[in-house]
Amino acid sequence: MAFKDYDFNDTYFATFDDEKALVTKDIQVYYGDNHAFHDGNLSFSRNKITALIGASGSGKSTYLRCLNRMNDDVARVTGQIMYRGMNINSSDVNVYEVRSHIGMVFQRPNPFAKSIRENITFALKQHGLKNKSELDKRVEESLRGASLWDEVKDRLDKSALSLSGGQAQRLCIARAIAMKPDILLMDEPASALDPISTKNIENTLNQLKKDYTIIIVTHNMQQASRISDYTSFFHLGHALEFDRTERIFTNPHVKATEDYISGNFG
Amino acid sequence: MDQIKAKLMKPSKETKQETVGKIISYTCIVAIMLLVLLVLYFIISFGMSTFTKNNVNLWSFLSGTNWSPGQVDAHGNPEVGALPMIVTSFAVTILSALVATPFAIAVSLFMTIIAPKHGKGFLQAIIELLVGIPSVVYGYIGLTLVVPFIRHLYGGTGFGILSGTIVLFVMVLPTITSLTVDSLKAVPRYYLEASLALGATRWQTIYKVILRAATPGILTAIIFGMARAFGEALAVQMVIGNATLMPKSLLTPAATLTSQLTTGIGNTVMGSLPNNALWSLALILLLMSLVFNIAVKFVGSKGDLNK
Amino acid sequence: MNPKIANKIADAVIYILVAIVVIILALLIGFILITGIPHISWHFLTSVSQSFSAGGGIRDQLFNSIYLLILTLIISFPIALGSGIYLAEYAPKNWFTSLIQTAIEVLSSLPSIIVGLFCYLLFVIEFQLGFSILSGAIALTFFNLPLLTRSIQESLESVPDLQRQAGASLGLSRWKTITGIIFPIAIPGIITGIILSAGRVFGEAAALIYTAGESAPAISYSNFNPFNPASFLNPMRPAETLAVHIWKVNTEGVTPDASQISSGSSAVLIIVILIFNLGAHYLGKHLYDKMTASK
Repeated sequence: MAFKDYDFNDTYFATFDDEKALVTKDIQVYYGDNHAFHDGNLSFSRNKITALIGASGSGKSTYLRCLNRMNDDVARVTGQIMYRGMNINSSDVNVYEVRSHIGMVFQRPNPFAKSIRENITFALKQHGLKNKSELDKRVEESLRGASLWDEVKDRLDKSALSLSGGQAQRLCIARAIAMKPDILLMDEPASALDPISTKNIENTLNQLKKDYTIIIVTHNMQQASRISDYTSFFHLGHALEFDRTERIFTNPHVKATEDYISGNFG
Repeated sequence: MDQIKAKLMKPSKETKQETVGKIISYTCIVAIMLLVLLVLYFIISFGMSTFTKNNVNLWSFLSGTNWSPGQVDAHGNPEVGALPMIVTSFAVTILSALVATPFAIAVSLFMTIIAPKHGKGFLQAIIELLVGIPSVVYGYIGLTLVVPFIRHLYGGTGFGILSGTIVLFVMVLPTITSLTVDSLKAVPRYYLEASLALGATRWQTIYKVILRAATPGILTAIIFGMARAFGEALAVQMVIGNATLMPKSLLTPAATLTSQLTTGIGNTVMGSLPNNALWSLALILLLMSLVFNIAVKFVGSKGDLNK
Repeated sequence: MNPKIANKIADAVIYILVAIVVIILALLIGFILITGIPHISWHFLTSVSQSFSAGGGIRDQLFNSIYLLILTLIISFPIALGSGIYLAEYAPKNWFTSLIQTAIEVLSSLPSIIVGLFCYLLFVIEFQLGFSILSGAIALTFFNLPLLTRSIQESLESVPDLQRQAGASLGLSRWKTITGIIFPIAIPGIITGIILSAGRVFGEAAALIYTAGESAPAISYSNFNPFNPASFLNPMRPAETLAVHIWKVNTEGVTPDASQISSGSSAVLIIVILIFNLGAHYLGKHLYDKMTASK
């Protein structure tokens, strides 16, 4: 697909004076010699939902996966990711700790081939939580948090593979929030789901917002406009615009964003 | 806040786990590598000692036709001519692959294109079972069925290259067939459908489209079959006759590299020339096995280039 | 030639070739089973083999085959598992990994007589283990390792990457993800691989003639001390297996009823391997169903 030529220097990044959960400075991603992502400079506000939108190949997923260092094995990532005042994009930093503070939910539901309960407790036990009643409490809390409790509370010891796609995805959300992370990264969490499951997930996200900072990649613009507070537009490995969501969808500054929003793109 | 920061900077239980896990799996892979190097080193160094310690001329070893390592010829050189074994090994290998290939291709075509329903169940199970039958069983059947049959048909002892070829044919048939089936299955189904839709007959489609596309895979299958035939020891040893003579016909007793190794190693003294000469036969086997490996790689990469 | 006629001829040729193969196969399997099964009796399975007189059984050979198989799996499985994990999970895509892959392919394509002779040289003679079950198990390990490593690697690789990412995203170490999440999913495939390789090990003879030896000294099944030379558990005693026994009675033996023993033993071998094959299919499918379906 051929895109129109857009000027990558035609950018607009609004700044807001609220508390930041995560700030990235000058993120570059290289797959071998291929410079796949350029100049990631975005800030994510605490307890808000930020949506990353753009066409496929825009680099939004690549960028998202840098934030909890999921790209460590496949790519070279330079630049700074500031979390609690320290740069976590450094080989000195314990990557396992990073990931237990910055959780992730993937495009396709990927529950473990274990029971519903074990899906949630497996990582908790590994991180040192052994107390049975505490574990049970976490299971219930996180399943409630993911709006799944009522559907599965009677069959917690059944295989997670028996869940429907939408339920499985909410289980993955529950699994992520059971770790009590600060930040949740979501990589198109509803793209493999039917409209009703999608609606359920979106409702869940709105609930989660009060406790978590959420960064969500989506190619569904309606979804972004429905759930997010801030939106950033990505194109061909560049972040071109960042602003309040209603601003992006009504009156964007950047030409590329405007074309994308209005469907006049590529 | 600072607690979290400190945790982020410190190695955790996971860091340690990862190190332990890496050490375990790296150790295992290094162990396998060492085993391979050890085998290569030992066979090569022992196999070379015929030429380095006993000063046997390499060329006379490869081209000589008299094998009686305990004795010396008129010039005082030991009689270690390996040519009869080399020729016999190649003869049974090539002949059995030549006979087996058309059968293997026919069966594979039958299983994948002509009657896939039968192919999946019955034939598949039989082929798998045949791959698993131990070589001594093939040898025993060769000894009790094939050798008397040949003797009855042509006279003589019944032992020889022909019996060896027949036994090896049955042994390599399942190997070649199952790999050929894999390569035919890898040909996209729409090749067949498109060709038939254009009005080609089934045979034209098979011959001009399917077999062409599967050629590298079939060649690989044949090489694997040949490697199995060349390295097979006991089944061949039981029916070949074990006479280290230059084969004059397919019906006279002969000996392959493997059969000579099997019968000889136990009857020679370590470090003596007759023993070293046997290790040199093992070295030839090893080198041929490497050649088959390289051939598979080569054919495989050719296949990739054509795609 | 008219393509229609060519098509008919080709079809006929293929059918004839397939028919010949089917006849050969039927003859082969029929011959083994028909001549062999009548000789299988409780007496045959439970009495000691005879060298010079008729009526010998295969008790010790059968036990040796099983014992050797178990020892081989005990030695080779951990190494194959570690290597399979390395290749499936840790190996980077570079020249070194392809060198390792090549080395494993070379090992798997070595003629088994070569492996046997190498182990004879190194373990039986150099390390003075003598003709023993242990030497035989080491030889069979060489033979078994590449097969088992590859099947473990393939089973692990068939687990979707999403599972690994899920493990990583929860702050688990890669090792914990492999052992706690990936490995359980791969178990059905790994078990199938083990059983299939067990079938090959069970029937192997060429690698054993010069390692486990061709003799079956009298052993006592009531002596459980593995260090006692007469104990059936002693890994340092020479041990002729069933496959080696078939070879020996046909080539070197003077037993009068060699052909009865051979056909009986062959039938036993085939039946065991058939059970292994069917078992692998059944168990693999059963475990897979159990893993994926809801409990």
